[in-house]
Amino acid sequence: MLLSIQNLKKYYATQRAVDDISFDIAQGSIFGLLGPNGAGKSTLLRMITGIFYPDSGTILFNGEKFDQERHVGDMGYMPEERGLYKKMKIGEQAVYLARLRGLSRQEAEQRSKAWFQRLDMTTWWHKKVEDLSKGMSQKLQFVTTVIHNPRLLILDEPFSGLDPVNANVLKDEIFRLAQEGTTIIFSTHRMEQVEEICNHIVLVNEGKKILDGTVKQVKQDFKENIFSITLDRTDVRMPEGIQVMKQQDQKITFHLQEGYTANGVLQHFIGQGTGILAFEEILPSLNDIFIRQVQGTAAARAFDRI
Amino acid sequence: MKKILIVIKREYLTRVKKRSFLILTLLIPFLFIGLTALMGVIAVAGASSKKKIAVLDESKTFEQKLKNSKRLEYVFVQGRLDSLKHSLETEAYDALLYVPVFDKNGQHTSFRLFCDEQIGIETEGRIQDDLNDVVISERMKAAGITSEQMKNLQDESISLSTESIKDGKKTSNKVALATGYGCGLILYMFMLFYGMSVMRSVMEEKTNRIAEIIVSSVRPFQLMLGKIVGVALVGLTQVLIWIVLFGVFLMVGLPMMTGGMAIQQSMDPAAVNAAAQAGNSDNMAALMAVVQDTNWVMLVLWFLFYFLGGYFLYAALFAAVGSLVNEDIQESNQYTLPITIPIILGFVMMSSAIQDPNGGVAVFGSIFPLTSPIVMMARIPFGVPAWQLATSAALLILGFLGTSWMAGKIYRTGILMYGKKITLREVGKWIVRK
Repeated sequence: MLLSIQNLKKYYATQRAVDDISFDIAQGSIFGLLGPNGAGKSTLLRMITGIFYPDSGTILFNGEKFDQERHVGDMGYMPEERGLYKKMKIGEQAVYLARLRGLSRQEAEQRSKAWFQRLDMTTWWHKKVEDLSKGMSQKLQFVTTVIHNPRLLILDEPFSGLDPVNANVLKDEIFRLAQEGTTIIFSTHRMEQVEEICNHIVLVNEGKKILDGTVKQVKQDFKENIFSITLDRTDVRMPEGIQVMKQQDQKITFHLQEGYTANGVLQHFIGQGTGILAFEEILPSLNDIFIRQVQGTAAARAFDRI
Repeated sequence: MKKILIVIKREYLTRVKKRSFLILTLLIPFLFIGLTALMGVIAVAGASSKKKIAVLDESKTFEQKLKNSKRLEYVFVQGRLDSLKHSLETEAYDALLYVPVFDKNGQHTSFRLFCDEQIGIETEGRIQDDLNDVVISERMKAAGITSEQMKNLQDESISLSTESIKDGKKTSNKVALATGYGCGLILYMFMLFYGMSVMRSVMEEKTNRIAEIIVSSVRPFQLMLGKIVGVALVGLTQVLIWIVLFGVFLMVGLPMMTGGMAIQQSMDPAAVNAAAQAGNSDNMAALMAVVQDTNWVMLVLWFLFYFLGGYFLYAALFAAVGSLVNEDIQESNQYTLPITIPIILGFVMMSSAIQDPNGGVAVFGSIFPLTSPIVMMARIPFGVPAWQLATSAALLILGFLGTSWMAGKIYRTGILMYGKKITLREVGKWIVRK
């Protein structure tokens, strides 16, 4: 485990921002930290990056107790609220931030130049940040986050504000880094990105962990025995134990009741001599799971006293 | 530690590399001199223009005797008072003075001055003095005193020269006053100017949202300290440039101005003293002697100490304030007020301290750490008892340790608080909690 979080707690005056959360992140995985607005994601990330001290609980980085001072070079953090020095030249800025992460001046310059080349930014070096467009400064932000080759990369809503082309460039870079062994924490509430990118997710709400598992596993856990079958004709007799939810020409979507199996359904149709064109289990999307899990709790957390 | 150095370097270089830094540094001494000169000019010339006064003298006492001066021109006119009064509006006179027949040796008499527009209290006073002078000299003449005797009687022939009994040196209150005032003023401006600079820089980091990125690499206290030290170095650079300029002026400029005095001689205090005491009444040389007598090295060292001490004390507070402000710049005024008040108070105390360097206000102000940098600097040229200096220095060090500690607590929470307005009560809680 690269990162192990145990019973982390952080209470503010008016709410329990993080209330006893534990999870592990394996080396090289892309980890999705999900949750609605105000669920406690940012607070959690701020503790992992050492910006906040937890009230209680421990953070283990690579098996040892996390210490910002010592692990600063192993982590890259891109917060949701992006920020750069507006009046500073872009090249200097990249070098400065890299040096704060522990690189020597020479190394920082080398790496900056290499990254600028890779992302077609070399002509920017002497420009100031205030001259950049929003998309461009996002790219710069990403470069400054990964420039020191962190082992753990924390990205908070990395695609917000990016056009599809630049979002793809960024996505490719993330995949490339993951392949090279970088562990990535990806915090978002955009579920389609999570399904595409992450292999392990944790869902938090109101400061508590409510889901933890691989994307596949979570979907299995929340499946509701819903299947769809496509037949070669429409005038068929339905088998026992199914509840048709939707029939659209030859495609039937149904809920399989307990005690019956998918094979039974197939056998029924085959026995009838009906041709089967397609059959699949319909798994819930992460979006559905997310909404189902979070629904019913206050959209914005009430500021209750603790 | 290494990271603080990186932060310091950035804060220092971004400021010093700005073109405005060099221009301002070189310009400020000239602005200072220019401003002082301008104030002098205004005081001398700007007070009033020449006034033309028509005099209708029915007593026939003042004709020929009322002399014109730089400010006043008297024109004697004839005619009836009513018609003259009437013509005042159209004529080129500023006022009409009516002198009735009066008894020169009699009791208090009041003449009347008619004017179209307000003539000003100063002019009024001058006219009154002029009239009284004439009447007095008339009375003297009547008593048989000649104007020769009169001049002799009124001559001021005594002047004071103060000597300190401690080292037997001639002290000059004027030089001490100018030095004290100058040092105090510079410190006052530095604390405000650079304190504000730190505050703006913190605000910029907060509103740009870069603060969160930086504090994921360095501890907030390191960032704050790096910033404060970086800006202090900028200030020191500026002061050093000025000291060098001033030194060059003392070595080269002043001897040249005194004319013919060899540079060699100006560097040898004894020679200058001897020259001054040998009855050389040249004012410049006397000034030179005092300039030589003032212990500049001590003064510069104390200046640097109070500069740094005062700056650190206030810069930490300004940094804390910067971290509390949200996007709204206006908001900062509300928070800076509690900090600027003691600085201004220090300035006010300094003004009284240079009048009375060992008075109660001066002693209190020069020991209390929030005002001591400004007030003590104004007192040092006059000489300060050692125990007061020691107490003041110790309290200042404690003071800035205290404010940095407090500011650190506010700062680390403040820079990451967005959106909602922060009340002072919450800030109090941040300080108290562990």
